[in-house]
Amino acid sequence: MTFILRRLLHGAWVLLAVSALVFAALYVVGNPVELLVDPQADPADTARTIAALGLDQPLWRQYLTFLGNAARGDLGTSFIHGVPALSLILERLPATLELAASALFLALLLGIPLGLWAGLRPTSLAGRLIGAASTLGFALPAFWVGLMLILVFAVQLQWLPPGGRGETREVLGLSLSVFTLDGWRHLLLPALNLALYKAALVVRLVRAGSREALAQDYVRFARAKGLTESRVVTGHVLPNTLIPVVTVLGMELGALIAFAVVTETVFGWPGMGKLLMDAINALDRPVVVAYLLFAAALFVVLNLLVELLYGWLDPRVREGRQ
Amino acid sequence: MARRLLLSFLLPLLLLASPALRAAGLSVGLAADVSSLDPHYLNAAPNIAVASHFFETLVAVDKDGQLVPGLAQSWQAINPTTWEFKLRPGVKFHDGSPLTAEDVVFSLDRPASLTQSPGPFTGFTRAISGKKVVDAHTLRLTTAQPYGPLPLDLASIFIVSKKAAAKATTEDFNSGKALVGTGPFRLVKFRRGEAVELARFDGYWGEKPAWDTLTLRILPADAARLAALLAGQVDMIEGVPGADVARLKKDARFRLEQRVSWRTLFLQLDLFRDASPFVTDLAGKPLAKNPLKDLKVRQALSRSINREALAARTLDGLGVPASRLVAPGIPGHGQQPAAEPYDPEGAKRLLAEAGYPQGFALTLHGPNNRYLNDEQILQTLAQFFGRIGVKTKVETLPLAAYFGRLRHADFSAALLGWGSLSGDFALRTLLGTPDEKSGWGAWNWGRFSDTRVDADIRSALASTDPARRSRAAEAAMDQAMQQLPVIPLHHQVATWALRAGLTYPARIDEFTFAAQVRPR
Amino acid sequence: MSESRPDSTPTPTPTPTSVSTSAGGGIAVRTLARLAGCRSSTFLARFAANPAGKLALLLLALTLLTAFAGPFLAPQNPYDPAALDILDARLPPGSAAAAGGTYLLGSDEQGRDLLSAMVYGLRLSLLVAGAGTGLACLLGAALGLTAGYFGGRWERLVLALADLQLSFPALLIALALLALSGPGLPKVALALAASQWAYFARSARVAALVESGKDYIAAARLQGLSHARLLWRHLLPNCLPPLLVILPLQLAAAISLEATLSFLGLGAPATEPSLGRLIANGFAYLLSGQYWISLYPGLLLTLAVTAITLAADRLAAVLDPRRQEG
Repeated sequence: MTFILRRLLHGAWVLLAVSALVFAALYVVGNPVELLVDPQADPADTARTIAALGLDQPLWRQYLTFLGNAARGDLGTSFIHGVPALSLILERLPATLELAASALFLALLLGIPLGLWAGLRPTSLAGRLIGAASTLGFALPAFWVGLMLILVFAVQLQWLPPGGRGETREVLGLSLSVFTLDGWRHLLLPALNLALYKAALVVRLVRAGSREALAQDYVRFARAKGLTESRVVTGHVLPNTLIPVVTVLGMELGALIAFAVVTETVFGWPGMGKLLMDAINALDRPVVVAYLLFAAALFVVLNLLVELLYGWLDPRVREGRQ
Repeated sequence: MARRLLLSFLLPLLLLASPALRAAGLSVGLAADVSSLDPHYLNAAPNIAVASHFFETLVAVDKDGQLVPGLAQSWQAINPTTWEFKLRPGVKFHDGSPLTAEDVVFSLDRPASLTQSPGPFTGFTRAISGKKVVDAHTLRLTTAQPYGPLPLDLASIFIVSKKAAAKATTEDFNSGKALVGTGPFRLVKFRRGEAVELARFDGYWGEKPAWDTLTLRILPADAARLAALLAGQVDMIEGVPGADVARLKKDARFRLEQRVSWRTLFLQLDLFRDASPFVTDLAGKPLAKNPLKDLKVRQALSRSINREALAARTLDGLGVPASRLVAPGIPGHGQQPAAEPYDPEGAKRLLAEAGYPQGFALTLHGPNNRYLNDEQILQTLAQFFGRIGVKTKVETLPLAAYFGRLRHADFSAALLGWGSLSGDFALRTLLGTPDEKSGWGAWNWGRFSDTRVDADIRSALASTDPARRSRAAEAAMDQAMQQLPVIPLHHQVATWALRAGLTYPARIDEFTFAAQVRPR
Repeated sequence: MSESRPDSTPTPTPTPTSVSTSAGGGIAVRTLARLAGCRSSTFLARFAANPAGKLALLLLALTLLTAFAGPFLAPQNPYDPAALDILDARLPPGSAAAAGGTYLLGSDEQGRDLLSAMVYGLRLSLLVAGAGTGLACLLGAALGLTAGYFGGRWERLVLALADLQLSFPALLIALALLALSGPGLPKVALALAASQWAYFARSARVAALVESGKDYIAAARLQGLSHARLLWRHLLPNCLPPLLVILPLQLAAAISLEATLSFLGLGAPATEPSLGRLIANGFAYLLSGQYWISLYPGLLLTLAVTAITLAADRLAAVLDPRRQEG
């Protein structure tokens, strides 16, 4: 219990530190009101707008007000949309989660079998190719791969659309596009693009893990007992490689959501990441701050979940922390 | 027996297939995100375009920028400071209630009450000093001074229902609760960042739109918007990317509507400082005086620009060389004055005559996410200037940071695009002698000042006779442009791409009013 | 239509960096060899012993050659607007230039020779990433070493800050900083440093902890050496190997990150594009089939990152043979 409590406190301190850092640095940026004030507006109107939006208060007061509001769930109002920044983020959250989840799914779908193959037959041509491809998977710039996917599949072959999100359907109150065929046509390329880096990671982990497992005694015993090769693999090798995969992927989920910024920009996917880039370009400060805080909170929660999971899986970790 | 069964299956299918019985829906791809459905919240083109499907204004603007009756059937200045507007009878709001002058007064007051607005409409209502309801369909507006452009200002204020919007917030408009207007469409659903869904309002007073339903899909990414058109997901898009225009022209499935738009781009120059921040000699050291203050230098810069190449290559044909600050057809443009011809040798000579045979160094500034290919225009200008000896660097900023610094006169030479339906308005703001109290010269950071131009502008603004106004505006424009206080570049060309069976009256103000799309 | 133009485009002048780079390369090899405990020639031989090592060396040489000798050989200085011609915009690979010569890989939307732009862009990417990672290494090493050596509250503070950085993906940290500070390559270098220093700090701290317990440190303290001298003269050199192993990997990550940031518009300006920016510039023309502007810079970028990653892997194997081959 104290373990959980300690991790929660740690999470809270992280959030506070992040909020202070973000807010402090925020005020280096130029004046966003200029973008939105009518060119015909006179200085009186401009001053009134500035006052109404609270931009003339001293910094520390703005920060304290901000913290107080944040505690109540009010992360500021978007300059451009006139609605609460948090609601903008929550509107876009399903799209990003859908993308990240699909990418994770594809990464596992591709990575585990390929990694297993490379681990079981490391010296074969396929095994070596897979190894080389995984190195390449780290080196290829994700945004460039996205462009090339668009070039090949959308422009040359015209099999898939070059961007945007497909038809959505309301499921459990969320607008999701995974349940329509049109949705999948639009989801495939961005999810594949986002999955690339993770798939390479999974391949390497599974390959290393399975090679390690193969060298263990219990595998040799299982073989000696006369179990078929596939039983050996599925029953003994695979489970032991999955534990590190699960823990690493838990930490990588947060990274997926962050990297979605690039994928959403390339494919015009209307998620949180695209919202962030639009807000950065329009100097919509409240939305930028809200996104950073929301992302920080998300990572803290994810890290916490992973730690709890790890603690549950490996009792030594739990004892160690007491 | 089998044949009868077959027929009974086929017949309904045939009926369904016939266009007369199919629900006629139109889908349009928009190029910019709509931030709010509240028509008074933000004075930004995307919001105005969408709002115009639900709401209307007293005075409407036709596709050529001319004022035509809207909700006001007629208007006239009964004395120099009083205008009388007669409302169209029989106009109903979406909820069935009739349009009265009370709604108009409410709508004219509302912009000032939206104190949270980052871009209010109050600039258009400021000239009105008094409102008087004569009867349910007659309204009198008074101005403090004689003010000719009042009808033009009123073309920007949407009329909302006083009953529905009395205490409404912006959110109430987005959800549809307060979204009660007189326009040809009603709101079905607003999916922010994705689409706006509309349905035809059958009680509309005007010409019935050809569509039962309308979907405005928000597709700001060029590639996605074009792809949606090619895939048939939308029937029309605005803002066709320049690189794809040629391809679409050759494709029989689509047709293009193009016209020169009101958006004119020009280079504003620092005319008041002797030590301009971004002008130096070739070694980077400050100069004795500011070369931009010399007319010959400005002429040299203007002549060094190959506007045809700029329009053809940098803009992919989506630009027309300009010599005036308003587009052709707008009052103040005058009769076809030609753009400065391309003459780099002449430019070099002028520079030498002005005392800069070796040239000098300059930094150009501009936005990078506002106008069509803005960053590239500046880079191309750097090429042209470089060839006559003016070593040029380019720095671009996102719009949010740019406008603030621009108006603060942080730059020496900076790009600006201006869309105006009236030459006197444009001149007053861009080249009128700056005066904080009256708001003149709000964007004249270079501080150009010429009393004759000011006088001409004033007489244009005071003329309630359109023809006199137009002449005065032209005189002002000619007088100003002779001195080349800014270097005009081009007028943008607005392009729409539609499915082959559709037509749209291309608008000079670049708005996409989907209600006006019709089958051919 | 052709028009008269001023004569020659200015020939690129040899930059001092190219000379110092070859000297720097030699120093690097000697330092690494010393750490591995062998002669430079043996080090190189061991490095190139297996096929991966040979490939790594080859790609690395290719990358460095392109970046630092390229400006001599490139036909055009793509960063000088006066050398460009808008009428040559977006020509496909192999087209003839209006002023003579050929655009081997085509031209971009301003008329820049793509090959020249790629070469200059690679150099820019390497410089910025190098500066960022170098700064991260210095900062991280300083903080980590002192944390491990002094311990106590300072160590706890450094650990807490490092923990903070490590909890978030590098891209997010860099985006946050650039969103607030505005775009620009110097700021990108700072953002890169801010998102990477914790890796170096962590390694340095562990190494410092291990080394601090050893006899020679205790002996030096007894001799009355000041902390500063001890850290600089004795601790640092012995803590270098793990740092140098991480360095190239972080450099590869930094190159990728700079490219991503420039692609998003937060890094290199359009007038002096790095590889990421070139790719972004070409995005708009992809749909109309003018693919070369985005394609080739991406290939070069992949080559550079692969080269450095392979070299990093090989380096780790040579410096610490106990490590399993990747």
